[in-house]
Amino acid sequence: MVIEIENLKKSFKEVKAVDGLSFNVKDGELFAFLGVNGAGKSTTINIICGILNKDGGTVKVCGKDIDQNTDSIKSELGIVFQNSVLDKRLSVYDNLKYRAGLYGIYGNEFKQRLDEMDGLLGLNELYKRPVGKLSGGQRRRVDIARALLHKPKLLILDEPTTGLDPQTRQTAWTVVDKLRKETGLTVFLTTHYMEEAGEADYVVILDSGKKAAEGTPHELKTKYASDFIRFYKHLDEAEKYFQGKSYTVKRVRDFVEVEFKDTANVGVFFNENSAIFEDFEVLKGNMDNVFLKVTGKDLKEV
Amino acid sequence: MQSSTVKGKAFIGETKKLGSLVCRNMKCYFKDKILFFVSLITPLILLVLFVTFLRSVYLESFNGIFAVFEFTPTDDSVVEGLAGSWLLSSILAVCSVTVAICSNAVMINDKIENSISDIRVSPVKGVTISLSYFIANFIVTFIVMIIVMIIGFIYLAIVGWYIPVSDVFMIIVDIICCVLFGTLLSGVIESFISSQGGLSAVSSLVSAMYGFICGAYMPISQFAEGMRNVIGVLPGTYSVGIVRKHFMGGYVQKLGDMGLSVQGQKALLDGFDGNLYVGSTQIPLWGMYIILLGACAVLLAVYVSLVVINKKKRR
Repeated sequence: MVIEIENLKKSFKEVKAVDGLSFNVKDGELFAFLGVNGAGKSTTINIICGILNKDGGTVKVCGKDIDQNTDSIKSELGIVFQNSVLDKRLSVYDNLKYRAGLYGIYGNEFKQRLDEMDGLLGLNELYKRPVGKLSGGQRRRVDIARALLHKPKLLILDEPTTGLDPQTRQTAWTVVDKLRKETGLTVFLTTHYMEEAGEADYVVILDSGKKAAEGTPHELKTKYASDFIRFYKHLDEAEKYFQGKSYTVKRVRDFVEVEFKDTANVGVFFNENSAIFEDFEVLKGNMDNVFLKVTGKDLKEV
Repeated sequence: MQSSTVKGKAFIGETKKLGSLVCRNMKCYFKDKILFFVSLITPLILLVLFVTFLRSVYLESFNGIFAVFEFTPTDDSVVEGLAGSWLLSSILAVCSVTVAICSNAVMINDKIENSISDIRVSPVKGVTISLSYFIANFIVTFIVMIIVMIIGFIYLAIVGWYIPVSDVFMIIVDIICCVLFGTLLSGVIESFISSQGGLSAVSSLVSAMYGFICGAYMPISQFAEGMRNVIGVLPGTYSVGIVRKHFMGGYVQKLGDMGLSVQGQKALLDGFDGNLYVGSTQIPLWGMYIILLGACAVLLAVYVSLVVINKKKRR
């Protein structure tokens, strides 16, 4: 296990930010940690990183207890913050040089690491440019390089793609996927994009400091999400047919959407009333539905 | 034995990290051209304003004292240089605090832009991080002060140079003491600031007030007695005092060589803060150093306490 958390507790005065949280992150896993703002994600991450003290429970990173091995644990993890925290006026090279110095990496060892990062992220043409003058995608690549300079075993991505355009998001994920394949890196992800969480190996959903649900995306979708049929023809007939069967039916401008629990039911409906199935599609429930069902909150709206 | 070797290696490792952070903090400061320019230009503007508007006022005051002791200087450059050295000593003492506050902006920016979190997630001790800001601020302020000192020396060389080499050396020592005081004071004050607005407010307030409350902008002898006593207990007064002593010393001696009586020299030094008094007791030069360095020790203790308290609060 890369992370083992047992009954973690942290309060800020009266507010219980994390309340008895337990979960494990396996070696090499892409682990998604979901929750609305204020659910306790950042508090948990700050405790894992050694920035915050916990009030109770145990936290082990790479088998080491956080209370006794803070510095050693800090060397094992890299973090990409939601907003770039590199020095905007300094060049990319200087930023990486001074950050590497904090891990005791200097001289030839630093140059070697820089070459490795260049091979992975294509930074060579950016070294002399100030970080503040880079595009969002270029800056994210430098953020990732900074997090990986000291070869951490655990990479924490704290909403790494929030605010990025789709192409840059894709680039960031290509890099992370490549890393995971080549180095077996464990990735701890928090995100507001449910399609990204859907790609994770394991998901924990946090609500008001407590674990609300956990499992693989498939397990969570099976347990919490509904499937949908959309009818694009015979809208009135479809609406009437399903309302008669007490299903949740939603009429949108040019289709009718019916929510139901199990895809297997489609065959039954088709046999009963094939006429309405002239133009339709079946949609599997997604992580957005899971999150909404588990927390009662829509992540896109909060 | 093995344990001490491990500790020694850890110490060397932490010192290297400190060096890396100090370089980073200094580079952040010098790369912020506006910040560097403002830090440097403020003392220079003060020098120009002093020379333009106050030079003649001080020349008249000096001549008033000379008239009392029936002394007429045979070389005007000595009196011109004396006025210049008084003004320059004021600027250097005041700017050691105002520049330190300005250049500590790197620490505030790290809080605003959250770069501090990125540093704290690395295996660096909190004390190393705090020390790096202090050392970088000290070096940066010292560099700016030395530049201002050189420009001031050029001005004095033009109007009249009578500062012995030993006093030049002591002026550099004085600047080190003043910068140490300014850096620690700015560290304490700015521990409470975490926004750009807060930094601007403190910079404005200190720039406006500090010169008056340390007796740099006006000779303390011209204040009312109550105010003189208040100023006498503030350590900043003694940072002005030590610099002034070494700037003015050569000029007053030259005036003595030209015939100004010992009483006349004392009156000049008393009237223009070359000598400092608490009540009727004159504070010797070594006493000024002790008060100033004692204040630095107190500020250091407060600074360390604030670092510890803030760390506990943060966690």
